[in-house]
Amino acid sequence: MTAPAPPDRRSHDRPGVLPTLDIADLTIEFSRRRVWTPVVRGVSLRVMPGEIVGIIGESGSGKTLSSLAALRLLPRQARIAGGRIRLKDIDILAQTETGMRKLRGDRMALIPQDAMQALNPTMRVGLQVGEPISLHKGGPLKATLRAAARLLETVHIRGPDRGIRAFPHEFSGGMQQRAMIAMGLALAPDLLIADEPTTALDVTVQAQVLRLLREIRDEKGTSVLFITHDLGVVAELCDWVYVMKDGEIVEEGSVRRIFADPRQPYTRMLLAATPSIHAPLRPRGAA
Amino acid sequence: MSGDFLQIDGLAKDFGGSGWFRRSAPVAAVADVTLGVPRGQTLGIVGESGSGKSTLLRMALRLIRPSQGSIRLDGQDIWALSGPRLKAFRRQVQPIFQNPASSFNPRQSIGQILTAPLEVHGIGTRAERREKARDLLARVGLPVDAFDRHPHQLSGGQKQRVAIARAVILQPQVVLADEPTSALDVSVQAQVLELFDATRRELGLTAVFVSHNLAVIRQVSDRVAVMRHGRVVEYGPADQVFADPQHDYTRTLLAAVPDHRKMMRPAREPGGPE
Amino acid sequence: MTAAFDFHRWRLVILGGVIIGCILIAAIFAPWIAPWSPYDLDYTAMLQGPSAAHWLGTDELGRDTLSRVIHGARISMQVAFIAAGVGLVCGTVIGVTAAYFGGIVDLVLMRLMELLFSFPAILLAVVLMASLGTSVVNAMIAIGIVFIPGFSRLARAATEVVLREQYVESARALGMGHLRILFREIMPNILAPLLVEAAVAFSYAILLESALSFLGLGAQPPEPTWGNMLNTGRGFMAQSAMLSLAPGMAIFLTVLGFNFIGDGLRDALDPHMKD
Repeated sequence: MTAPAPPDRRSHDRPGVLPTLDIADLTIEFSRRRVWTPVVRGVSLRVMPGEIVGIIGESGSGKTLSSLAALRLLPRQARIAGGRIRLKDIDILAQTETGMRKLRGDRMALIPQDAMQALNPTMRVGLQVGEPISLHKGGPLKATLRAAARLLETVHIRGPDRGIRAFPHEFSGGMQQRAMIAMGLALAPDLLIADEPTTALDVTVQAQVLRLLREIRDEKGTSVLFITHDLGVVAELCDWVYVMKDGEIVEEGSVRRIFADPRQPYTRMLLAATPSIHAPLRPRGAA
Repeated sequence: MSGDFLQIDGLAKDFGGSGWFRRSAPVAAVADVTLGVPRGQTLGIVGESGSGKSTLLRMALRLIRPSQGSIRLDGQDIWALSGPRLKAFRRQVQPIFQNPASSFNPRQSIGQILTAPLEVHGIGTRAERREKARDLLARVGLPVDAFDRHPHQLSGGQKQRVAIARAVILQPQVVLADEPTSALDVSVQAQVLELFDATRRELGLTAVFVSHNLAVIRQVSDRVAVMRHGRVVEYGPADQVFADPQHDYTRTLLAAVPDHRKMMRPAREPGGPE
Repeated sequence: MTAAFDFHRWRLVILGGVIIGCILIAAIFAPWIAPWSPYDLDYTAMLQGPSAAHWLGTDELGRDTLSRVIHGARISMQVAFIAAGVGLVCGTVIGVTAAYFGGIVDLVLMRLMELLFSFPAILLAVVLMASLGTSVVNAMIAIGIVFIPGFSRLARAATEVVLREQYVESARALGMGHLRILFREIMPNILAPLLVEAAVAFSYAILLESALSFLGLGAQPPEPTWGNMLNTGRGFMAQSAMLSLAPGMAIFLTVLGFNFIGDGLRDALDPHMKD
């Protein structure tokens, strides 16, 4: 007889607390040869303050589009066709582009997937990490660079004073990704949206980056929306998870409950298909 | 000295160093690697980026020349072969590569891609080759009309199935796979690994499977070699290496892998918490 | 699954194609389309403006300008295709060889190309013509040679990209021979940028030919080419601007047409513009 399933309790969701990010009934359409088709349908998700929420899905699930919608950074061929997005008490869909630019970087920040591509190879790291500060707050260059050095320290990059003068290619892959996280944290946003930030990294480096994100949440209370296709990462990092497939959310729940008691067939299939470093469930065929 | 069916001894590869305009010290991509794969088994080589695992595989495929050491197939040094015996070697050892998008000539149809190996080695008539290709397409679970399609019309998982079909159409003895499932979604990866394993068993293939993903290596390998900075730091039966790693680096790697299994409830164990 | 022909995507190519098509038809069927012979002199009708009999007027020897422009298209088109063809074929062979074999082959071939490249195009063409002799055929060869370095560079770069693709590695691992790899794996996949460049080369060839015949090299009078018509028209600008305008417009339209095709091909074949 197996132990009873753990309860589906959302510890960060307390009465009277406003969600950091509240997406309700979001629909996104894509244009192919001038015809608009919905690719994300009726997606509702929330990120509470201080919570790390994971969105797990395979390619084409709409996980990245749904998250980029919160920043209103959809590609040209996509448009938001319905729903409501709120950042705390700010109505995202009602903002002008100017209003969004004020919010991006300051209240919400994006950590993109491939740090090497996201960084300008001809600009020193310090200037790039300090860019959110100079864009939103201005001020003398020296102060910005000092702040950038401190940010590099926060993400455990050793020798931050040398780091700010370096160019991106002088950093390793892991350091580049941490520099991107530093850039995301520059203005202490309410929400970090991380789009598969560890997919291109070695597993040991990934472990460091995940540890760093947890630390940031613990120390600053920053909420994190983490997009990934890796169930292991979700288990390691997240509090609450949404499972997406073909533009819809098929299941949501606390990480403990989802892994112990997956209810939807798709979730179960994902769990069964994910290999683990422990002994294979089925014995391998004879050689 | 006898060795395993595929035996690698003291293999090394240096890049850079002396050249016309280069003065920097050579970089050892692979240094002093000794490994063996018994016939019919799978050797998994796992390592992070820069570990040299891909370079090692390409030396075994005779695409890159080793600086030192030897690679023997059934006792024969593969780098000593030439002419018809070299061509015979190529028939016996086939690759499967990582990136489904660039593994195939975009201008050719799947049928052409599959019959090309048979053409190159002068096997069968044109009709027989096409027949064989169609047969293989069915065996890897692809629809018959895939024969006339072009690579860009197939999904990543379908392309990797074609890659497996292409690798086995010559009925080789050895398949060398370089991260064949790394670019695939989880569910598709599971299917392709399943297909790889089934094919390997059915044809009695000896395989080398290179990956950075420890969990995948665990699933497919009989023996495992852990590489770091061009050297093998641990080597042994898969169960042993994973259950009782000897080297610090192996332990670090295993500890770093995010593990979801611990949160799942064991399906068949009686009682107990979680 | 057959989709309807995507006119929107190929619109520039079609537009350019129509323009060039018309010019080609004029060139091929010149003797039947042209109202007059381009050689017939008529001392009673010299330097006339456009009229019912002569739609574009006449030149200083009474020859019908329109007919001369139409016949001029023959030479211009011939030169364009042959010169671009020579440049394309030779340049591609050199560039692909250099990239495929690398090492010293690459070094030597590319330095040779750079030598050729360092000459300004017109200067090189003039020098070549001086040694080959002035005739239309030599003009074609000379212009073709001018194009070779450009094509070779492009072919070399495209080949380098394809060489890194895994399907070339797979072909090698398969035991495929060099020739087969070159023709089946590499060539078809470098065609796209080369074709785009060829379209641009056509228009440049027309301009070069015009320059050469303007300088008195290339086709000799009474053979009408747009270039030598421009040359003679220069002297009669005050009396009849049409003498210069007519061939000038012809050159302009042809170059425009080829450029449309080139730009259109580049846009249509670019995988990023699929929507």
